[in-house]
Amino acid sequence: MTLRDKTADETPRSWVRAVLYDATIRGWVFQGLVLLGLILFAIWVIHNTAANLRAANIPFGFDFLNMRAGFDISQKPIDYTLDSSHAQAFKVGLLNTIIVSVLGIILATIVGFVVGISRLSSNWLLARAATVYIETLRNVPLLLQLLFWYKAVLSVLPGPRQGYALPFSINLSNRGLTMPRPIAGDGFEFVMWSVPVAVALAWAVARWARNRQATTGQSFPVFRASLGIVIGLPLVIFLALGAPLSFEIPELKGFNFAGGMVVHPELIAMLLGISLYTATFIAETVRAGILAVSAGQSEAAFSLGLRPRQTMRLIVVPQAMRVIIPPLTSQYLNLTKNSSLALAIGYPDLVAVFAGSTLNITGHAIEVIAITMAVYLALSLITAALMNWFNARVALVER
Amino acid sequence: MSRIETDTVFVRRDFLEPEAPPASLGGFPGWARKNLFSSPLNIVVSLAMLFLLVWFIPPLFKWLFVDAVWTGDNRDACLPKGDETVGACWAFINAKAAQFTFGSYPADERWRPALVMIAFFAGLFWIAVPKMPRRREGVWLMLTVFPVATFWLLYGGFGLPIVETSNWGGLLVTLVVAITGIVASLPLGILLALGRRSKLPFIKIVSVVFIEIWRGVPLITVLFMASVMLPLFLPTGVNFDKLLRALIGVALFTGAYMAETIRGGLQAIPKGQYEGAASLGLGYWQSMRLIILPQALKIVIPGIVNSFISLFKDTSLVMIIGLYDLLGSIQRNFSDANWSTPSIAPTGLIFAAAVFWVFCFSMSRYSMYMERKLNTGHKR
Repeated sequence: MTLRDKTADETPRSWVRAVLYDATIRGWVFQGLVLLGLILFAIWVIHNTAANLRAANIPFGFDFLNMRAGFDISQKPIDYTLDSSHAQAFKVGLLNTIIVSVLGIILATIVGFVVGISRLSSNWLLARAATVYIETLRNVPLLLQLLFWYKAVLSVLPGPRQGYALPFSINLSNRGLTMPRPIAGDGFEFVMWSVPVAVALAWAVARWARNRQATTGQSFPVFRASLGIVIGLPLVIFLALGAPLSFEIPELKGFNFAGGMVVHPELIAMLLGISLYTATFIAETVRAGILAVSAGQSEAAFSLGLRPRQTMRLIVVPQAMRVIIPPLTSQYLNLTKNSSLALAIGYPDLVAVFAGSTLNITGHAIEVIAITMAVYLALSLITAALMNWFNARVALVER
Repeated sequence: MSRIETDTVFVRRDFLEPEAPPASLGGFPGWARKNLFSSPLNIVVSLAMLFLLVWFIPPLFKWLFVDAVWTGDNRDACLPKGDETVGACWAFINAKAAQFTFGSYPADERWRPALVMIAFFAGLFWIAVPKMPRRREGVWLMLTVFPVATFWLLYGGFGLPIVETSNWGGLLVTLVVAITGIVASLPLGILLALGRRSKLPFIKIVSVVFIEIWRGVPLITVLFMASVMLPLFLPTGVNFDKLLRALIGVALFTGAYMAETIRGGLQAIPKGQYEGAASLGLGYWQSMRLIILPQALKIVIPGIVNSFISLFKDTSLVMIIGLYDLLGSIQRNFSDANWSTPSIAPTGLIFAAAVFWVFCFSMSRYSMYMERKLNTGHKR
């Protein structure tokens, strides 16, 4: 009773208190303050930037993309000359980033899986060697490794005349890896088109075999059959058309090679550095994934009568992949982002070409950096979205 | 009859000594048979590995130690004379050791960064080794007094001559960037992690956007941004020090990664802890400060150490925006005409790699040790 009287007495004040201590209202006030602070900060930054740009006489805008670039790029996957625009330079840089990332991802995956499985090997020497490799390379900065491959290994190779001659007219010298360039003859496009057809065919065979096994219980050597189709069909067409492919062999002229195809030392250093470094992380991921599959799974498979190879393929690998793939994707993303270190050894990737040369020439710092960041950000967000979709698909459905 | 039998029947009174296993199963041969040559495939792999090691290790050892030049004052020492081959040029590292440690910090003042480094490693030992007394006080000392004293000692003022940051270099810059990065990113990471788990929609969106933007771009673009865009954002005339700009970039970048590490810890705390804190009448900040964060941060110590390892490796990137950290100052000396020989680039890079490796490897070992130590709480 007294309690009630007391509250009744202080109605106005308790109303104020109720508002002051209400979590919802507090939350909204707090958020409003943060929003206000952010808006004020943004206005302040924009105001300063506008003033600074006016003082430096740089108009804000993206018109500079159409201006003549006037600098050369050492590796041009598409047409590019000194007279091309900055937009074209951007495309060249982006393509070079994609080239080094895709090749790096393929190499790093192969090395990473081999090393990761080696570390679990019963062969003492192999397991120890894998451990030493992982512990050495992943504790040394990538930038340092790139510089090492570029300055301490590839730059001190002999010149083209004394270069190391490898089989198939391939030559390794301080100018890079020179190799014959394939030239497609008449009808080679049919061979190219037969590849997707063969893949589709192999997929159909796998589907048919799965259905047959489900209904009749008879198994079918799917892997060997698919491999035969994917390699065999293009090969048959290639031979049937009379092997329409010739090679332009590089020849020594003066102090360098003429003709053929050159992989520049910058790209070789990038690929060596970035894939050997990322492979250490992939190897650890693979090892963790395989160890995550409990021994009971293999034992159960054996007791069902599966052979070791079948156990590996049907029981262990699918479960290990579920653990491996999410961190593997983030390693791929790291590799792509790390490819921006190309700047340090002069490989013309997106950052070196666009945030380096274009920025220095035009002075449009904000636009250039914003575009560069947006490209990497878009890549990361797309990968993250794909990853979330994949995770939702393969996630264990529990009771 | 029984007499005769006892005479002729032989009864053994003690056990036979166990015989040694066959030579092929014990000792090194047995071990090798089991671990190296257990199957045809293993034999091939072992022989290939042995071949690889014999092909690779002796020349490396020869280059690093046998043929190496240990003393000398200039490039002549490291140039091949006649037919002899010349290995690593350690004389170069020896001659430039002070520069690789302190950069172009004035020689008379080098005791200041040296003192800071000694104090830092002593403090680190104090707070990192679980058996040391009064570690809590140590942490507070390292987070409050130490940074102020470090700034005073390194930069100068109040009686000490001022040394501009453009003169800082070598390992000193590497350590300054790494340590400032980690110390600044911790509170930022905690705030962002709490923001991302917040129930307030706007706060959550701001945190998520902030974290994902920094995590989605390479550190190089962040450093570029800090070095070319940051000056544009500030009022005309206000000019930041180049090192400070890089530090801001590194702190924001690491903060985003730290936030994700700490969020992992927050998610691992059972819901009952939040409810328990609420039922005790604790407000949001009180329950975070007293109940949730102490537990969450303890869980993620290995994760924080791992972030620190990658940050430590990433500090080498400041070289690209023209700061001379350990790698940068070594790289800059490659063009020193006094020392220019073919062997200094590999020597310098291997030396830098060894320094980075020692730091990162010991940190990763510490992280594993803490992981084992912290795990015990959950064992039954």
